[in-house]
Amino acid sequence: MNIWIEQQRALIDFTLASLARRKARNLGLLAVYALLVFVLASVALFSHALRHEATRILADAPELILQRMVAGRHDLIPPGYLEKIGRIRGVQKMEGRLWGYYYDPVIKANYTFMVPTAGGVERGTIVIGTALERVRGLALETGISFRAYSGKLYSFVVADILPRDSELVSADLVLMHEDDFRAFFEFPAGHYTDIALSVANPQEVRNIAAKLAAALPDSRPILREEMLRTYASIFAWREGIILAILSGALLAFAILAWDKAAGLSAEEKREIGILKAIGWETGDVIRMKIWEGVLISLSAFLIGYVAAYLHVFRAGGVLFEPVLKGWAVLYPRFQLTPEIDGLAVATLFFFTVVPYTAAVLVPIWRAATTDPDAVMRS
Amino acid sequence: MIELIEVRKAFNQGKHNEFWALDGINLNIEAHRVTALCGPSGSGKTTLLTLIGCLARPTSGRARFKGEDISGLPERFLTQLRRRSFGFVFQQFNLIRGLSAEENVMLPAAPSGLPQREVRAKAAMLLDRLRLAHRRTARVEWLSGGEQQRVAIARALINDPEVLIADEPTANLDTTLAREFLAILESFASEGRTVILSSHDPLVIQSAAVHRVINMRDGRIVDNQ
Repeated sequence: MNIWIEQQRALIDFTLASLARRKARNLGLLAVYALLVFVLASVALFSHALRHEATRILADAPELILQRMVAGRHDLIPPGYLEKIGRIRGVQKMEGRLWGYYYDPVIKANYTFMVPTAGGVERGTIVIGTALERVRGLALETGISFRAYSGKLYSFVVADILPRDSELVSADLVLMHEDDFRAFFEFPAGHYTDIALSVANPQEVRNIAAKLAAALPDSRPILREEMLRTYASIFAWREGIILAILSGALLAFAILAWDKAAGLSAEEKREIGILKAIGWETGDVIRMKIWEGVLISLSAFLIGYVAAYLHVFRAGGVLFEPVLKGWAVLYPRFQLTPEIDGLAVATLFFFTVVPYTAAVLVPIWRAATTDPDAVMRS
Repeated sequence: MIELIEVRKAFNQGKHNEFWALDGINLNIEAHRVTALCGPSGSGKTTLLTLIGCLARPTSGRARFKGEDISGLPERFLTQLRRRSFGFVFQQFNLIRGLSAEENVMLPAAPSGLPQREVRAKAAMLLDRLRLAHRRTARVEWLSGGEQQRVAIARALINDPEVLIADEPTANLDTTLAREFLAILESFASEGRTVILSSHDPLVIQSAAVHRVINMRDGRIVDNQ
């Protein structure tokens, strides 16, 4: 065992000394390699953490939401629907929800106006998300006016600001009193945007959704798991956009790495011949080259991954924010909880370290199996 | 110590450019002596050295080292024997550029599994003995021809081999450095090592440091003094 360790130490020493000879070339390769890992790992970490965050927040969402459809479009829930649902067994709790979108021409962004089901917002006041606080320069007790779609102007006083840790889903949110909401959007009494339902037995959600669809054929039940899937696919889609943009860079690096690793210069071939002549076995030469591949690719992987971790979880993923974070025009500002997906790390490791190490080996195998007497005859 | 029986060596065998570099060599090389293979270019000196030093196998015939037949040994065992028992000084020195003198000297010991500290100490001792202690950390391409050859000698000695093989060792040296090399050879023989070298340099052939001269021509031994 000691002999094996000493052998590996000697091979690593030689590999490091050998790499140090072409410092600029190898450091350049390491930098490009680490940059690539950094970008890929940033996207993976960011998307994974975002998905995790969304799942965590949606865990408190209702199991089922019922929307009414007219001509394939979402329409208001008319009075009487809540009573009809109440007769379906298994429905534990139901609430008519009031929410809608408002386009603010001042900052050219959409807000979500909403009435909290638990109440708690006084008439004439609003509770706002942190993005709105930032972009409109609002603070507690300051006033703001919105022109309704009817043309009338409504003024509100900011009574509270939503906590920062929910910014992922509340950045553009404006909470208001039911009466204000109905007046602003001219919602008739007894109408709702949609209905949120709680189900006593989570196993029964699909059955209840089927019963709802049968009892209210003009309505569409939306399951929480469907919302989660939609979020996941949105993030996956955004991740895909970045990766598609990066694919050119990936390909360029693959060519660079292959060229560096697979192309063996005359000088390197000569050195392998010398090593064999002075008593190195073919296996020793191959082991030395494996170390070279591992040292470069592993260092690049570690540097790139740690930098990506710091970028995503300490610097808020500043480089990819516009693509990965944006919902509408208001970008939420939030600190992601560090969350690492072991499978993603393993996949990234496999696709960065293994191909490079393998690319190093192919030409070495050919060169290392040449006759050692070639050195004497050259 | 080394016995060759009816040894023949062909290159490109079976092809249109087949060439027999050695043709029926019978030779016995004694231990603890300096033996020189002498002859013009293409006479087969270097090829014979590669067979003696386990760098290649004969096409036919037998090669024995200390009584053991080595002509049929698999590559792996041949390499181990070469590393343990033979040290090489090549005509072009064949040092690895960009590495220091000490790193070059340590190279043959890397696969042996000896502790690095021990190998480094031995490299330092050999460089000191060859008056290169002050050039230990210098890159080999910064060294003069004579210094490079002494680094190559130190590298050949790092595994403490019984046999030192040198191919045209004075071809790239001036007279002073060539004499210096011969003096080093003499010291190796006096400490019990076997030295086998190839040369067509009269300075080497006529030197008192060389105990035996074997003349070769066209792949055969023509004179064995």
